[in-house]
Amino acid sequence: MILAEKTILAEKISGDVSRRTLLTAGLAGGFLLAFHLPLRALAPNEPVQPPDATEGKFAPNAFIRIDQAGHTTLVMPQVEMGQGVYTAIAMILAEELDADFPHVTLEHAPPNDKLYGNPVFGLQVTGNSNSIRAWWTQLRKGGAGARAMLVQAAAQQWQVDPASCTAANGEVIHKESGRRLSYGELAQAAGSQTPPQDVALKDPNDFVLIGKPLKRLDTPNKANGKAVYGIDAILPGMKFATVAACPVFGGKVGKVDDSAAKKIPGVQKIVVLDDMVAVVGDHMWAAKKGLDALVIDWNEGPNAHISSKDIWRDLRAASEKDGAVAKSEGDIAKGLATGDRLDASYELPFLAHAPMEPVNATVHVTPSSCEIWTGTQIMTRVQSEAAKAAGLPVEKVTVNNHLLGGGFGRKLEPDMVVAAVRVAKQVDGPVKVVWTREEDIQHDVYRPVYRDTISATLSDGKIVGWRYKVSGSAVIARWLPPAFQKGVDIDAVDSAVDAPYDIPNLHVEYVRAEPPAVPTGFWRGVGPNNNVFAIESFMDELARKAGKDPIDFRRGMLGKNPRLLAALNLVAEKSGWGQPLPARVGRGVSVQPSFGSFIATVVEAEVDEQGEVHLHRVSSAVDTGIAVNPDTIMAQLEGGLIFGLTAALYGEITIDKGRVQQSNFHDYRMLRIDQVPKIEVHVIKSGEAPGGIGETGVTAGPPALRNAIYAATGVALRRLPIDRSLIAVGRKA
Amino acid sequence: MATTLTINGEPKSFDAPADMPLLWVLRDVLGMTGTKFGCGIAQCGACTVHIDGKPVRSCMLPVGAVRNRAVTTIEGVGATPSGAKVQKAWLDLEVIQCGYCQPGQIMSAAALLGATSNPDDSDIDAAMAGNICRCGTYVRIRAAIKQAASGRQS
Repeated sequence: MILAEKTILAEKISGDVSRRTLLTAGLAGGFLLAFHLPLRALAPNEPVQPPDATEGKFAPNAFIRIDQAGHTTLVMPQVEMGQGVYTAIAMILAEELDADFPHVTLEHAPPNDKLYGNPVFGLQVTGNSNSIRAWWTQLRKGGAGARAMLVQAAAQQWQVDPASCTAANGEVIHKESGRRLSYGELAQAAGSQTPPQDVALKDPNDFVLIGKPLKRLDTPNKANGKAVYGIDAILPGMKFATVAACPVFGGKVGKVDDSAAKKIPGVQKIVVLDDMVAVVGDHMWAAKKGLDALVIDWNEGPNAHISSKDIWRDLRAASEKDGAVAKSEGDIAKGLATGDRLDASYELPFLAHAPMEPVNATVHVTPSSCEIWTGTQIMTRVQSEAAKAAGLPVEKVTVNNHLLGGGFGRKLEPDMVVAAVRVAKQVDGPVKVVWTREEDIQHDVYRPVYRDTISATLSDGKIVGWRYKVSGSAVIARWLPPAFQKGVDIDAVDSAVDAPYDIPNLHVEYVRAEPPAVPTGFWRGVGPNNNVFAIESFMDELARKAGKDPIDFRRGMLGKNPRLLAALNLVAEKSGWGQPLPARVGRGVSVQPSFGSFIATVVEAEVDEQGEVHLHRVSSAVDTGIAVNPDTIMAQLEGGLIFGLTAALYGEITIDKGRVQQSNFHDYRMLRIDQVPKIEVHVIKSGEAPGGIGETGVTAGPPALRNAIYAATGVALRRLPIDRSLIAVGRKA
Repeated sequence: MATTLTINGEPKSFDAPADMPLLWVLRDVLGMTGTKFGCGIAQCGACTVHIDGKPVRSCMLPVGAVRNRAVTTIEGVGATPSGAKVQKAWLDLEVIQCGYCQPGQIMSAAALLGATSNPDDSDIDAAMAGNICRCGTYVRIRAAIKQAASGRQS
């Protein structure tokens, strides 16, 4: 068993990293990424620069430092929010470096797009399940290049051919003579070696770390209370604050009566901003009591009339329009004129992220500096947005990242840090600003409402024509404008333009329809959440129309997707598909090629007489390419399935009078342990490049559950969350 | 007004109003940040601590109500037999993902094992249903509790 002896995850990065950079430049391309962003011009990694050996520390690139005592520190270009990426990145680097993996120390990267910019986004972003896909080749080259320099240094000292040396567990070995030098002993000399231009990577058959279910490096301190999240930052003299924003989106602060709040012991200051009020105190309790004691008149503004009913009316109307064409193959008019036709539309609600760590940021603003302690998925964007809010140049803003207590896309937004900076500008010394759960849920950046309309025709049990239209908010247009081209949000149509089936005439459109006032953003599973649900739900309705078993129907059209077909066949076998079930118990299937992973899932569920849904069993089979850490793959699927099933069963944010109606876990419900079924994940061995895994379970669960309910009750649900009233005994949709 | 509590076996003195929830005393007054804030209304269990070995949601427990009873937090639960078993099983089965809810999960599980040496599924449901995990680690939580109870090695 391999366990990290010491994993320091809260230390500030020290030293000048700007002079150190990657051994290799450019995009690790050539494999499927869910996003295909035309962004390489934004911030490619810097070209090769001379390595650095400040203070005897070997720093061959942005990721690796080895000191003379042999301590190896790995700098993490992606953030750890539970998905296990710190361990996976460390495994990849350590594999090619031949490092002493159990004893590596991990550090959060500082903000720096040039050194740590995700090769797909061109920005220092963790999202889209692409950390391993995007960094796979670069990290391997980084590790291999550093190893080559250590080997060269040893060979030079021994005056032997580098090719006669090997490396393992942090040592270079000259087998012939039995001589060994540790990486620590070689650190100084390795720093003066020339980095190799084109370094050979290991044959995957020689991997000693990759592919093994190694223990995570971040979990020991998460089990004993020592792990430090953003919300745990403690600074000398720090004050505590909590905020209230206008409950109506876009509303402003009118009058504030703070006379009662000021009398509360521990309340230090009331900060009134144009759109929110903060109470600063000696601790969160004083801040919270102070906030409760404020009497605030809000100027609710023009959005005070907005309701979910109107948002849905407008979205349905918008979805009747023609959209921008995202993909068109064959002749859709001809295709839809051939065979038996089925039309359907599917609708998905607003969702809040609700990470267990409520949004927060600790900020210290002085006239010449701004320092931030938080957990974010967007280091550089937080830095630049904080700089604007502080009125300082970006280089005066320091960002200290932390472990994230869940991200799920919420921390792809900088709003909480910007708000905390605005508060901190009016506070002497550092202030920790923590949102209450109520504020967290009511001022999120929500997964948009979507409506998908599909028409398809069947001939001889196969699909002839397929017209698919997504209508909803263009998150990409706001979040990454250069990627929003020709009216198509590439995220909103992800998994729709690359639907896995053999369809001769396929046409995909996108209608941009922005809900008024409600901010929208990425939510774990992103575009595929919506599209996989609609496509896979519709596939079951088509199968029924064709008189076919749902798995047989799909099998017949997966000719161009052998990896997905293999996953489907495996899950059919493992899930007991086809075996008899009692009344009102059903099995449903979903397949998806999303995020570069091929996954098939079967959910078995029971619908009781009242329409309540009981999950019995979930089986998934996945081909995710080379599984860097197979145990993490399984954990991500187990958890992702629960995340998605939670949304399918409960997730909905509704708007009335311009405000969010839900506020905490009593009315924005989560699945709990007593509702969770048996979950079996089967990982298919593969030598293909790694796929993404953080979101695949999320998108797989809801359609498989919906199809299980369809099998159990005959009711074709076309909206999430699941409406129990439609599936209670005596009701038919 | 100075208050003294016994936390993880050590006396801790501090100034805090009697109505202040224990959670904020731990986190913001004493700097013991292992105990987490999740919801503030005893809906999620992230703030679970032990009072005389029993699991309590510290976000709604006024510090004045603790009196002379023993407080155990995630920082100290490893010194108890059930806490140590639970922590070990949590790592053996690699339960943890983001980890933010896990101090609360571990405290609830340790209290369960302290009271029921060999819990069945319904005992686990009853003891753990108050703890939300947004990462969805429930399958492994259940397995880890059973492993901790049986002493079986992975």
